[in-house]
Amino acid sequence: MEYFIELFLSGLTRGSIYALIALGYTMVYGIIGLINFAHGEIYMIGAFTAFIISTVLSIYGFPLLGIIVLAGLAAAVWASAYGYTIEKLAYRPLRHAPRLSPLISAIGMSIFLQNYVLLAQTSDFLPFPELIPEFDFMEPVAHIIGSSDLVIILTTAAAMVILTLVIKFTRIGKAMRATSQDRMMAMLTGINVDRVISTTFIIGSTLAAVGGLLIASHIGQINFFIGFIAGIKAFTAAVLGGIGSIPGAVLGGFVLGLTESFATGYVSSDYEDVFAFSLLVLILIFKPSGILGRAEIQKV
Amino acid sequence: MLELNDIHTYYGNIHALKGISLNINEGEIITLIGANGAGKSTTLMSISGITKPKTGEVLFRGEPIHGKSPDEIVRMGICQVPEGRHIFPQLTVQENLDMGAFLRNDKAGISRDIDYVFSLFPILKTRRNQPGGNLSGGEQQMLAMSRALMAHPKLLLLDEPSMGLAPLIIQQIFEIIKKINDEHNTTIFLVEQNANQALQIADRGYVIENGAVSMHDSADKLLSNPDVQKAYLGI
Repeated sequence: MEYFIELFLSGLTRGSIYALIALGYTMVYGIIGLINFAHGEIYMIGAFTAFIISTVLSIYGFPLLGIIVLAGLAAAVWASAYGYTIEKLAYRPLRHAPRLSPLISAIGMSIFLQNYVLLAQTSDFLPFPELIPEFDFMEPVAHIIGSSDLVIILTTAAAMVILTLVIKFTRIGKAMRATSQDRMMAMLTGINVDRVISTTFIIGSTLAAVGGLLIASHIGQINFFIGFIAGIKAFTAAVLGGIGSIPGAVLGGFVLGLTESFATGYVSSDYEDVFAFSLLVLILIFKPSGILGRAEIQKV
Repeated sequence: MLELNDIHTYYGNIHALKGISLNINEGEIITLIGANGAGKSTTLMSISGITKPKTGEVLFRGEPIHGKSPDEIVRMGICQVPEGRHIFPQLTVQENLDMGAFLRNDKAGISRDIDYVFSLFPILKTRRNQPGGNLSGGEQQMLAMSRALMAHPKLLLLDEPSMGLAPLIIQQIFEIIKKINDEHNTTIFLVEQNANQALQIADRGYVIENGAVSMHDSADKLLSNPDVQKAYLGI
């Protein structure tokens, strides 16, 4: 039983990270109908920014909490700047082009950013400082759940609650919902749709950067390629939950994380991807719109 | 109030509007009638800035607006109820109305206007918390018009408000259009295939054919014009 709980909690940790990244995919898809393949790279850039800031700050002997906050802020700002710029440079000019064009542009951006970080940084794995200490009060349960797992799960939960409130109650949230449901009508009610799209990229990038910081500190190393794997997994989570749906992305993230965790624990870690993607295939066969997705009616 | 001077609009290579010129005075109801594909909706979209005209100018109270973005044009007081109503399907009736008031900050004024549109269309009040997508066609048209009214438009553009509706509902919708014009002095530009109904409430009318204005006269004269009767009134 204890083993089950341990696997469950580590599944929640994985799932949290997938969910944080998946939200970026799903929000962008909901607003402009684009799979932003460069989103995984945003997460990677967030992790690198956090790496640089936290390494520098720890040399100067900053307290851990200060490092986490500053590194998190820097990662969020820097990743958002990338997300914003990518949309402006690579997607906005293709807004009225056939759907395939921005998709190819996104793949190009992803490859470009990976290689850019590879050249600007290094191809080696870099040791990421452990930013989350082992808490004393966690000691009795430390064999089941680590402190960083707890921090990841709680941070993700907080991020979800804030995001839900923003979307439900703020002006920009209402504008985002309207834009995702009917972009032309959103324009006709006076919404500046370009601004809504930019904001969506900024929010998605911020969540991915937070995820990047947390998981890098949890695992303890990063390199230029982490965005690819995490991106594919998070994209899978978004599709699993129903792309375009925000609760769907969160649910998909957790379902995927738990599946992988149990597959690793009860079968073998070699099979975690097999189970994860088999699940995706099954969902796509029996409910193509995803767990919480709405069947889309395509008007011709 | 609104002046279109020699507007040319393209969809890719398709020359949709071939030099539309018309003018609308403050407080009028003007109708634009024509067949399918004549360019009626494109004219409205060119005014609203959704499909920007390639050449020509759109002047609103003397100020050129053809280079402005759709949200700036709404901000100036030009609101459109597009063809097909375009209700936000997953937002409730109330939220749809709130979206209409997106650019406003005066809470008291907004709730007064909500009461006003509920007095125009009492059925919407009973459906207040239902998703817009669950409404019937007629109710959606009422909601779409109410949403536009929530923005306090100076000029209201209506694209085929009668499309797909039962005769009784059409009657009601046209009465309300007249009422909005009377009570608020809202200028109305009404695009219709239902030429008969439209001309009955309009002051003047334009007839559009193949992307160009082919006729322009007072509504009464158009109603009694044999060519219009034959082509558009089915008489």
